Amino acid sequence: MKEKMIIICRCEDLKLDEIRAAIADGYTDFEELKRFLRCGMGPCGGRTCLPLIRRELASYLGVAVEDIPMPTTRPPQQVTTFSAISIGSTEE
Amino acid sequence: MNDFPQTADVVIIGGGVVGTSIAYELTKRGLTDVVILEKSYISSGSTGRCGAGVRQQWGLEMNCRLAKGSVDIFENLTEELDYDIEFRQGGYLVLAHNEAQIAQFEKNIELQNSLGIPSRFVDHDEAREICPPINCDAFLRATYCPTDGHANPFKTNFAYARAAQRGGAKIFRYTTALAIEKDENGVKAVVTDKGKISTKFVVNASGPWSKEVAELAGIDIPTYPERHQCLATEPLDRLFDTMVISFQIGIYLQQVPHGSFVMGIGEREEPNHNINSTWQWLEFFTGELLKILPILKDLRVVRQWGGSYNRTPDAAPILGESAKVKGFYNAVGFSGHGFMIAPMTAVCIAEQIIGNTPPVNISPLSEERFGKGELVVEPSVVG
Repeated sequence: MKEKMIIICRCEDLKLDEIRAAIADGYTDFEELKRFLRCGMGPCGGRTCLPLIRRELASYLGVAVEDIPMPTTRPPQQVTTFSAISIGSTEE
Repeated sequence: MNDFPQTADVVIIGGGVVGTSIAYELTKRGLTDVVILEKSYISSGSTGRCGAGVRQQWGLEMNCRLAKGSVDIFENLTEELDYDIEFRQGGYLVLAHNEAQIAQFEKNIELQNSLGIPSRFVDHDEAREICPPINCDAFLRATYCPTDGHANPFKTNFAYARAAQRGGAKIFRYTTALAIEKDENGVKAVVTDKGKISTKFVVNASGPWSKEVAELAGIDIPTYPERHQCLATEPLDRLFDTMVISFQIGIYLQQVPHGSFVMGIGEREEPNHNINSTWQWLEFFTGELLKILPILKDLRVVRQWGGSYNRTPDAAPILGESAKVKGFYNAVGFSGHGFMIAPMTAVCIAEQIIGNTPPVNISPLSEERFGKGELVVEPSVVG
């Protein structure tokens, strides 16, 4: 019950029970989880969910958190409108 | 590892959509002792970075047949694999910018229609009905095929992998093929970092690494990896259903079921495995996008990434058994359209392996064509 109430990924509205179910279902790599659930694909780029999910994966696999590989960090650092990019590129 | 197999009927190198779909089609045909070797995670290569489009509007008969056959499979794949692959048929709008392109597209449409692909020319008014915000100053006419569309490449990959496993296939992630043993009768074994598997059939489905894997069997193929970059935006309410592409600009963009737009543009790059994102690409892309769809100027970019096309000199894949090493099959060199033709390609390769005639004649796509100079040049490649 509590797992349904704990939000792990705010961008994609993923709760702890969904993360744990996916891991138990065999998505035991953060990169696979991301492609299955979209965790880490939202505006924050995984800043919130990544440490939490790495801990879940480590505990499930019985390894240290630092043994769970980090996914690639994707630009941009902050969400950016096309017009801002366009203005930036013509102002050189 | 105790459970690492010492023998297999077929060893597939590569756990992307091509490798897993071939494994599934083999198990479906009763060949269940299949092993997939994946050196990283499932969808770690081109499939996991794919632009998610499914198009049948090709200029070569073989590509049309592979793409149409794949759409026929995609239409029922969610049910067949018991996994929602998010297949949607919102169409593809292909922009023509000059008379030479229109002449080429006239030939393409005649060919496509003769093969049952319902593509047609549309004028500016109809293009605006299909994609209301499009800037009609940016093109002369367009072609449209309503049964083209979208599928989720990651979910399709996972769906095939799981269905193959249910059928008996074994998938070993983080397992690398190091050598391929052969003799005068052909393939004998694959040596991996987890142990050796004796087998008579090896399938090279390694995408960007296809050249390196073919070299393990002593086969030289003219494939090379080429970086292509994409981006995804914030999600919006549905603006339009169609994919919009232009071969001239090299751009493609589509609103996926999640609501975000997935967009990309191709650039010529030096062959290498670099798939990092660049800000130069983002600036270049933005300029081209706003010429076609200025309405999207206030849309926010959320994520940018790069992936590899596995290119061949004629932008057509290399499919089928090697003439040099019996039992060694290539399913590589898709040049940016491997995902969309994977379902039918998998059927063809599986049929060949079990000794049947494939439903699409893929013999012109053998690796030998390059030595003979019999290239099969596809005129309609994006990027």
